[in-house]
Amino acid sequence: MKQTITGIGVSDGIAIAKAYRLETPDLTVEKLTIEQPELEIARFEAAKAEAAVELEAIRAKAAENFGEDKAAIFSAHLLVLNDPELESSVKGSIEQGVNAEFALQQAADTFTAMFEAMDNEYMRERAADVRDVTKRLLAKLLGVHVSDPSTINEEVIIIADDLTPSATAQLNKQFVKGFVTDIGGRTSHSAILGRMLEIPAVVGTKTAMASIEQGTALIVDGTDGTVLLEPTDEDTRAYETKKVTFEQDKELLKRFVSESTVTSDGHHVEVGANIASTEDLPLADKNGAEGVGLFRTEFLYMGKSDFPTEEEQYDAYKTVLTSMGERPTVVRTLDIGGDKELSYFSTPEEMNPFLGERAIRLCFEHPEMFRTQLRALLRASVHGNLKIMFPMIATLEEFRRAKGMLLEEQEKLKADGIEVSDTYEVGMMLEIPAAAVIADLFAKEVDFFSIGTNDLIQYTMAADRMNETVSYLYQPNHPSVLRLIHNVIQAAHKEGKWVGMCGEVAGDPLSIPVLLGMGLDEFSMSPSSILKARAQFADLSKAEWEGYIPEILQMETSEKITEFVQAHS
Amino acid sequence: MEKKTYTITSSEGLHARPCSMLVSAVTPFKSEVTITYKERTANLKSIMGVMGMGIESGAQVEITADGADESEAIAKVDEIMKKESIGE
Repeated sequence: MKQTITGIGVSDGIAIAKAYRLETPDLTVEKLTIEQPELEIARFEAAKAEAAVELEAIRAKAAENFGEDKAAIFSAHLLVLNDPELESSVKGSIEQGVNAEFALQQAADTFTAMFEAMDNEYMRERAADVRDVTKRLLAKLLGVHVSDPSTINEEVIIIADDLTPSATAQLNKQFVKGFVTDIGGRTSHSAILGRMLEIPAVVGTKTAMASIEQGTALIVDGTDGTVLLEPTDEDTRAYETKKVTFEQDKELLKRFVSESTVTSDGHHVEVGANIASTEDLPLADKNGAEGVGLFRTEFLYMGKSDFPTEEEQYDAYKTVLTSMGERPTVVRTLDIGGDKELSYFSTPEEMNPFLGERAIRLCFEHPEMFRTQLRALLRASVHGNLKIMFPMIATLEEFRRAKGMLLEEQEKLKADGIEVSDTYEVGMMLEIPAAAVIADLFAKEVDFFSIGTNDLIQYTMAADRMNETVSYLYQPNHPSVLRLIHNVIQAAHKEGKWVGMCGEVAGDPLSIPVLLGMGLDEFSMSPSSILKARAQFADLSKAEWEGYIPEILQMETSEKITEFVQAHS
Repeated sequence: MEKKTYTITSSEGLHARPCSMLVSAVTPFKSEVTITYKERTANLKSIMGVMGMGIESGAQVEITADGADESEAIAKVDEIMKKESIGE
C-alpha cells in the first residue's frame, strides 16, 4: 500500500528503484569455557583470513570508486586486522580457556576504549575503525551473514540505520541509485557521501528500517526529503518527469563549473559557498565556488563534550584555507546562543533568545573561549586568503572591542615568534538593522560587510521566522529590507570596501537581479545553488538592473518588487 | 641491537597514514622493532600499539631493532621516514 516517509533531504535528485536493506547483524557474544584452546585459535585464524580477503576486495572496490586516497583507510583496516598486539591479546585470553568470540570482544573493547580516551579528536575517531574491523571479524567467527552490498547487481535504493565507512565504500555507483538512513543530519557521513556521489539521499527518517521491506518499490526525492513506498503508476510517471527535468538542468549547468561568474554585460561578481564543516569542501569545489563566503565555525563546538582546543580549531581552519588557496575564505567567529546550544556549556534561559546573549555578545562574556578561536584563526591566516567576520555586531564599540582583542592576540603570537599573515581582512556580519542604518560609520573601520539576511529580515520585521503565524512577514524583497541593503552597499562602496551576502536570499533567483543592480560584490550560498545562480547571472545585465534600482526603491510592497523582477528577467 | 632517534615532522604527528607506512614497512622483518616515546615502548609492527601512543608533531622518538636483520630494518625505517617526510 502506498505510504510516505519524510526525512531530511541532504543530496538533491530523484531515485526510483527497489529497496535494499542493509542489515546491522546481531553480534551478541556469549562467554563459553572451552577445552581445546588450539581449536579456538585455529577458528580465530580462519576468521581472520576470511576477513582479510573481504577487506582486500573492499579496498580494491574503494580505490576504483573513490580513488586511492579513500582506499588508504582500508589498508589501515588490514593492518588493524593483522595487528600483533590484537592477536596476542586474543590468543592470550583463549589460552586462559575462553572462546574466540569472547576473547576478541574483550580485546576490541580494550583497544576501542584506549583510542576513545585519547585527548586528540582524530585519535578518538579511530576507535570507529577498530570497531569496524573487529565487528567484521566477529561476524566471521559467529558465522553471521553481513549484508554484502558489493554483490548488488541491480538498481537499488539502500535502506539502513546508518552507513559505516566500510559499507559505503562497497557501494557500486552503477547500481546504487540513492539511499535512506534512519539516523543522521546534513553533515553526517551518509549525507556527505550522497552529495559526493551525486545520488539522492534522505537521512533522519527514523522509521525507514521498520517500515520498508527488502524489495519494496520506492521513490526517493533528495530535494525535499520525501520517500514514497509502493507508489502508484501516476506517482511514478510524475517523478520520472521530475527526474528527467532535474538531470537535464544539472547537465546544462555543468558548463558553468569552471567558469567565473560574469553578467551579460561583462561585470564580474563572486559566487561563493556557505560551508558548515571541512567535509563540505569537495562539494564547494565540485560546484565551482569562487570562494567561501561563510564558514560557520559552530560545528567545531557541537557534538562534543568540551570546547575544541586551539590546535583542533587551527587544524580545521588550516584545512579550509589551504584547500581554498588564493580564493577568499570568510570565517565567521562563533555564533551560538539563540537557537543553537552546546551540551557542555549552559547559556541562561532567556525570554527572547534571539534578542539575548548570543554570538559576539556571548563571546565578550567568555573572553577566553573567544581568544582561543582568534589565536587559532590568526595562526591559520598564513595558509590562505583569510577574512575574519564577527557576527551580531550592533554598535561600533562592539566591533572595536572584538578587533581590539584580535590585535592583542596577534601581538602575543608575534611576541612568541609565531607568524601571522599581514593581509588578512577583518569585517562584520551585517544582520542587525541598527548597524545597517549607520553602515557609513562602520564602513570607515571594517574591511568588508557580509549581509546575513535571515536575521536582518527577522529583526527588521520583528517577526520570528520559525513562528508560522507571522512567517508572512519574512519578506526578502520588502522595501524596508531592500532599502537597508542598498544603504549598506552604498556606504561600503563610498569607502572602497566590498559587500557580500551569506543568507538564503543571496541564492534566491527573485532577489539576485535586484542585489546585482545595487552593486553587491559577493553572493554566498549553499554549494548546490551556485551553478544555478551563475547561469542566471550570465543572462542578467548589471547596467540594466542598476538603472531599475531608483524605481524599485520607490515601490510600496514586496509583491510589486517581485512582480517587477519576474517581468524583467 | 640498532637504535636511531627521530623528531616527528609530519604535521599531524603519527596519524593513520604515516603509521600505516611505518608498520607495513617493518612487518616483513624478522627482527623485533620497537618505538619509544616518553619512556613508553610499543611494537612498531602493531598499528594500534603505535597509534595508541598518540605521538604528535615535534615529538622525539627512538626506534630500536633487535634481530638478524636489524640493520636492514633500521635502514628501511630511515628510508620511509625521509621519503614520506614523517620524521628526521
